[in-house]
Amino acid sequence: MQKIQNNRAWWLVLPVFLLVAFSALIPLMTVVNYSVQDIFGPGQAFFVGTEWFKEVLGDERLQDSLIRQFMFSGAVLLIQIPLGISVALMMPKSGIKGSVCLILIAIPLLIPWNVVGTIWQVFARGDIGLFGWGLNELGFDYNYTGDTVDAWLTVLLMDVWHWTPLVALLCYSGLRAIPEAFYQAAEIDRASKWAVFRYIQLPRLKSVLIIAVLLRFMDSFMIYTEPFVLTGGGPGSSTTFLSQTLTTMAIGQFDLGRAAAFSLIYFMIVLLISWLFFTAITQDDKEK
Amino acid sequence: MKQTRLKSVAITLFIALLLTPVYWLLNMSFKTNQEILGGLTFFPKIFTLDNYAVIFSDPSWYNGYLNSMTYVSMNVVITLLVALPAAYAFSRYKFLGDKHLFFWLLSNRMAPPAVFLLPFFQLYSSIGLFDTHIAVALAHCLFTVPLAVWILEGFMKGVPREYDEMAFIDGYSFPRFFIKVFLPMIRSGIGVTAFFTFMFSWVELLLARTLTSVDAQPIGAIMTRTIGASGIDWGVLSAAGVLTIIPGILVIWFVRNHVAKGFALGRV
Repeated sequence: MQKIQNNRAWWLVLPVFLLVAFSALIPLMTVVNYSVQDIFGPGQAFFVGTEWFKEVLGDERLQDSLIRQFMFSGAVLLIQIPLGISVALMMPKSGIKGSVCLILIAIPLLIPWNVVGTIWQVFARGDIGLFGWGLNELGFDYNYTGDTVDAWLTVLLMDVWHWTPLVALLCYSGLRAIPEAFYQAAEIDRASKWAVFRYIQLPRLKSVLIIAVLLRFMDSFMIYTEPFVLTGGGPGSSTTFLSQTLTTMAIGQFDLGRAAAFSLIYFMIVLLISWLFFTAITQDDKEK
Repeated sequence: MKQTRLKSVAITLFIALLLTPVYWLLNMSFKTNQEILGGLTFFPKIFTLDNYAVIFSDPSWYNGYLNSMTYVSMNVVITLLVALPAAYAFSRYKFLGDKHLFFWLLSNRMAPPAVFLLPFFQLYSSIGLFDTHIAVALAHCLFTVPLAVWILEGFMKGVPREYDEMAFIDGYSFPRFFIKVFLPMIRSGIGVTAFFTFMFSWVELLLARTLTSVDAQPIGAIMTRTIGASGIDWGVLSAAGVLTIIPGILVIWFVRNHVAKGFALGRV
């Protein structure tokens, strides 16, 4: 649609701007303020410049959790996006079956995050949980509280269980929005299933997939509550992701300066990657 | 139709796997603590509703649900009220800094909540909103508003501008046109936005817990209280968990028919 130049439209955006500015800018400024000072107590602070940033960037603990975080988010995207698309393709198209499928699939999304952690905490236990018990019965030596690889994989599985439904729901509605005529044309051309998927469904899913990828990337990069409840970050630090390292630093050790500097770096990483996605999208729209 | 059957089998299997952990939660909620910790049983041997009775009889428990529902409803209303006009502006007009503003809004969806915990606590304490429902509702706006604007803008783009122009020729004022003509046309978009807003506000706990202590404490935070001297009260915890799912199921039941069109966000 051709848009009209109209600067008075600002009045319509103003409420959003003020609201978000209130809850975002003031706290952000506080964080920036902390990140350049050494605070001893109320009214006792010294300007330290970029000292905290240098320290944080050199901190091995943070580098480790950053690598762990990237591995996790990468795995999340690689598993959940294809799985979500396949589930969406399999869901019944309409009627009561479609509605029931939709609601059942949405259930994991509606569970508060700490409850998700609690469920899996029991579900994956070897003695009283179906999943852990089942794996041990099958002959695997599975113990998520003792083994680092098991713990990491359990967190990943939990996230796949929790969030694949979001991708599936988005893709499902994307598929439903494709006009029937496209399929009829494909049938006349005797297009194969794969061709229908590759040249009709996938291109039309693009916009919802972008939303799914962006949301999944952002949220998996910020994951905190679920692994915290499930494993508390352990064993060792195998499931300590960025948010948890940060929270421990800010609230556990009350190391405000360092935590603030770390926050800003963290934010910049998410922002940068999302900006790359975002420009890729808008660039593509312009070409059309 | 071999392929259709294969599809139904696969989707049934997927849903079964998806619901197994949920079943386990339900299963535990009807068991006594002795049975839960005693070993693995697929069905409750001694079926009990005691766990639910604890929640419904103790005000500190059911108030948690009321608190959660209060701030989530506030959040949905505030989000829709501010996001609707903004999304309209983004979908119809070019204005100074529109693209930057849009990305800046989106960037708040990306801010890790852990970054904001401490400053949020200080901000809301200093203006006297600590431990109120509105504080949590406003804090959650940080990530619900950008998403709502994003989704609604997609829907509004799908409505041709000719409708706007026709309404103005017919003598409609802008507010009247917006409420009487425009909003009904994007009904499903509003339904879907409300669902997403509800969902993300309902499940978020880090901010909700930080900004409340007693009066507005969400149910998720109250659940951590079951960790007593004798260990975790798994039965009550499970029952509380089951109850947290129900409002969400009701909400998605009401918007289910909008989903087919809706979640596509009008961009397809």
